[in-house]
Amino acid sequence: MSVRFGIAVFPGTWSDRDCAHAVELAGAEAVPLWHADRDLKGSDVVILPGGFAYGDYLRAGAIARFAPLMEAVQEHAQAGGLVLGICNGFQVLCEAGMLPGALLRNASLQFRCQPACLRVETTQTPFLSGCQKGQVLQVPVSHGEGRFYADRETLAQLNAQGRVALRYCEADGALSWEANPNGSLENIAGILNERGNVLGMMPHPERACELLLGSDDGMQLFQSAIQHLAALPA
Amino acid sequence: MRAAPASPPTPAELRELALTELEYQALMEQLGRVPNRLELGMLGALWSEHCSYKTSKALLRQLPSAGERVVQGPGENAGVVDLGDDLLCCFKIESHNHPSAIEPVQGAATGVGGILRDVFAMGARPVALLDGIRFGDLDDPRQRHRFARVVEGIGWYGNCIGVPTVGGETYFDDAYQHNCLVNAMCVGLARRDQLVRARASGPGNPLLLVGADTGRDGIHGATFASVQLDEAAEGRRPAVQVGNPFLEKCLLEACLELTGDPDLIGLQDCGAAGLTSSCAEMAHRGGVGLEIAVDQVSRREQGMTPYEVMLSESQERMVLVVQRGSEDRFRAAFQRWGLHSDVVGRVIEEPLFRIVENGEEVASVPLQVLVSGFPERHPESRAPDIRSLLSADPLERTPPWSLEEAWLRLLASPNCGDSHWVWRQYDHQVGDDTVLGPGGDAAVLRLRGRGDALALTVDSAHRSASLNPRRATAIAVAEAVRNLACVGAEPLGITNCLNFGDPDRPEIMWQLEEAVAGLAEAALAMGIPVVSGNVSLYNQFDGQGIPPTPTLGLVGLLPDLSRRLGAGFTRAGDLVALVGPAGAGISGVELGGSEYQRLAHGVLEGPAPELDLPAEARSAAAIRAAINRGLLSSAHDCSLGGLAVTLAESALLGGIGARIKPPLGLPDRPPPSWHFGLLFGESQGRYLVSLEPSQLEAVRALFVEHGTPFSTLGQVGGSVIAIEGLAEVGLEVARSTWAGAIPERLEPARAARS
Repeated sequence: MSVRFGIAVFPGTWSDRDCAHAVELAGAEAVPLWHADRDLKGSDVVILPGGFAYGDYLRAGAIARFAPLMEAVQEHAQAGGLVLGICNGFQVLCEAGMLPGALLRNASLQFRCQPACLRVETTQTPFLSGCQKGQVLQVPVSHGEGRFYADRETLAQLNAQGRVALRYCEADGALSWEANPNGSLENIAGILNERGNVLGMMPHPERACELLLGSDDGMQLFQSAIQHLAALPA
Repeated sequence: MRAAPASPPTPAELRELALTELEYQALMEQLGRVPNRLELGMLGALWSEHCSYKTSKALLRQLPSAGERVVQGPGENAGVVDLGDDLLCCFKIESHNHPSAIEPVQGAATGVGGILRDVFAMGARPVALLDGIRFGDLDDPRQRHRFARVVEGIGWYGNCIGVPTVGGETYFDDAYQHNCLVNAMCVGLARRDQLVRARASGPGNPLLLVGADTGRDGIHGATFASVQLDEAAEGRRPAVQVGNPFLEKCLLEACLELTGDPDLIGLQDCGAAGLTSSCAEMAHRGGVGLEIAVDQVSRREQGMTPYEVMLSESQERMVLVVQRGSEDRFRAAFQRWGLHSDVVGRVIEEPLFRIVENGEEVASVPLQVLVSGFPERHPESRAPDIRSLLSADPLERTPPWSLEEAWLRLLASPNCGDSHWVWRQYDHQVGDDTVLGPGGDAAVLRLRGRGDALALTVDSAHRSASLNPRRATAIAVAEAVRNLACVGAEPLGITNCLNFGDPDRPEIMWQLEEAVAGLAEAALAMGIPVVSGNVSLYNQFDGQGIPPTPTLGLVGLLPDLSRRLGAGFTRAGDLVALVGPAGAGISGVELGGSEYQRLAHGVLEGPAPELDLPAEARSAAAIRAAINRGLLSSAHDCSLGGLAVTLAESALLGGIGARIKPPLGLPDRPPPSWHFGLLFGESQGRYLVSLEPSQLEAVRALFVEHGTPFSTLGQVGGSVIAIEGLAEVGLEVARSTWAGAIPERLEPARAARS
């Protein structure tokens, strides 16, 4: 049976269609999940896609966390189900307390849409299990509020527990200020929850699934998750 | 019924509505009575230049709008061309100049919002945005602020709503310091059966208003756009609307869910002149009448008069006519997206626009009078005496710089320099279809499930437009065609935005006439229909008009996406060649109206570049054929900044140098600026291409076959960009100069750091 990805649609979400396209390219099934329903429609993986859920009023993701759908997403994650928050979805996960830290206005104070290189910091998550540690993925960013911030203690904990999943880097994997598109602390581009089943990341892997569009490195995240699920005992 | 007869309006009231005494007389004649204030307000808005095109209408009839692929020409919300296999492409460009001058972020943002609604009102999903923006010199802090904020506004709206901004044009010249130009273009796709027209029909059918509540914002926006700006314009801030891209995103998705529904009869966005214009036009197109109950319109504030409700330009509202009995179903569909809707009226048989409040008629005007009763204006037109400017020889001026310094100064000009600072603030990828984004000759978007692709570009008239508006506008068409050809695409249709000064000045009217004639000539010669457009007049400040600035959006089709080309050189060892004439003009080179002339001498003089439209059509066909046979490695249109800037751009985009010889030998007694003309002259009809040496004979044969001149000039490679015997610059120096063109002027401290 094919793996089913549920893709959340909040009012203001826009990368739902792109995510569905990427999931289908990866050979899985994509179903839309409406924000007002609690129904995950039997999804194996839930994607919280990019966009401006509820207009990002108050703060990015601040209202979306109260959506009925999010209750079901929380339960799914607590049961060990896979959740991938991309861009606005990462912001929602932080606001919902499913991931620590916050995403602040870019250091440039401007929106940035540009290619980025990401260094894989851990493979201890189903989303990166198909990668090599230290591998560099080319995945673009497109956001105005993507500067990851957490207090010192949280940051130390994330590092100690190996929960920093991805960092912005140069093409050769070196970390630098220049490679950091938004001023994130320690070049952090994506983080995991404690169990490693919830990944939040600012870059858009669904935009990097075809060489035609510049890179297909993002496909590895979707394929890793699919392979992980396929390997689970039925 | 109607209350006591209205008193005639005072001259001051007519002025407020931008109605002339003559127009008022015409109105009285047709109406047979004195209109009340609401009727007068509605008439004033619909008879404004912005809504009626009363000054430009007669001219616009010259434009060719028919073609095999044309599904919808001018007259609807947007033009539509057939892409084959039941897929339609819907597109339009529109100005939001006046609001952006007063309130740059919201003015630009609502310009984007408005053009998006025009496209999804047709049932098409917006897939791309482009823009053409113009400001004064960036050395002026006020211009820096305006420019940065307009970019922010365009980005904000497009980024929030999730439609990629894939291309555009940015230009700076002192002539735009009081009147910035913000032209936004939207391109959408629809299946044939989803296409919706903005027409009402079926007496008794309900009229729904959906989206934002109606507030007092933007009242008289259409009128405001039809008068010139002055110092008092700052006080017109209330005439600028405020955008809400989140609401519009919901509106877009809800409307697109409903297109194709057999009970949906007509759909129209509320743009300029709000409910009045959208409803009246929809009824008039359908040959029916409408009755609107203003008391049923949900409001943002209390105590609004019928006048305010009917003329509000609150954004993010759509009106639709649906089959009687289906209104609850439609309202529920909107509700699912959190959108409030009201039944605010119904279609009536009599072709009247009737407004009622709590059952009392408060206005009733025949639609014929309201929508098309305005007298067309034919203001006097007179060519200015510019003979001495036209006959001046720009090549006789003594150059202030060496060739190399001039080259670097051109690369450092924000007009030739890298516009990355602008477009990295725009999401140009959302939708997962952007194959070539901003920064090249044309943007390329793949069409899902097909092998072909859309190609899009925005181009404005050549700087020589003030001296030769006809030629300069035709040049814009030729340049747009070249831009599409460079990626391998064939043009399908044009949308145009005509930005001009006050047409009541005879020389401005002359510019308008000439420009439209130039557009018509070029469009006919190249066989491209003009399917939609917008006119923005009165771009004037304290009596000073902007240079004539027709801006064109061109949509084309690339038959084989896998053959697409970029403008950058791709590999060392490739040959560099010039396609098109090596020389033009009396002396073999031209400098009239060039960017070099502007920078070096601060003047506009001399003849506009020569233009041979049949030759342009031939060379574009030849370039397309070469690309589609896979014979070229890169192709770049030779335009602003001339051959030297084009060469540098191909080198910079490809990250590799090149060495070429000059395309012409030195004449016997060259005028002082002859070499500058050779390097920086903006002669038309030229492309700079690169190709593998093994393809040379095939390429040469192909260009001979198409009757297009072709000459090899040199080779790609190294880290220097050189024009032998004349000038050379290092690739890295060129890069930092070019990349810094905009950021260095905007944020010197930051640019130095990163």
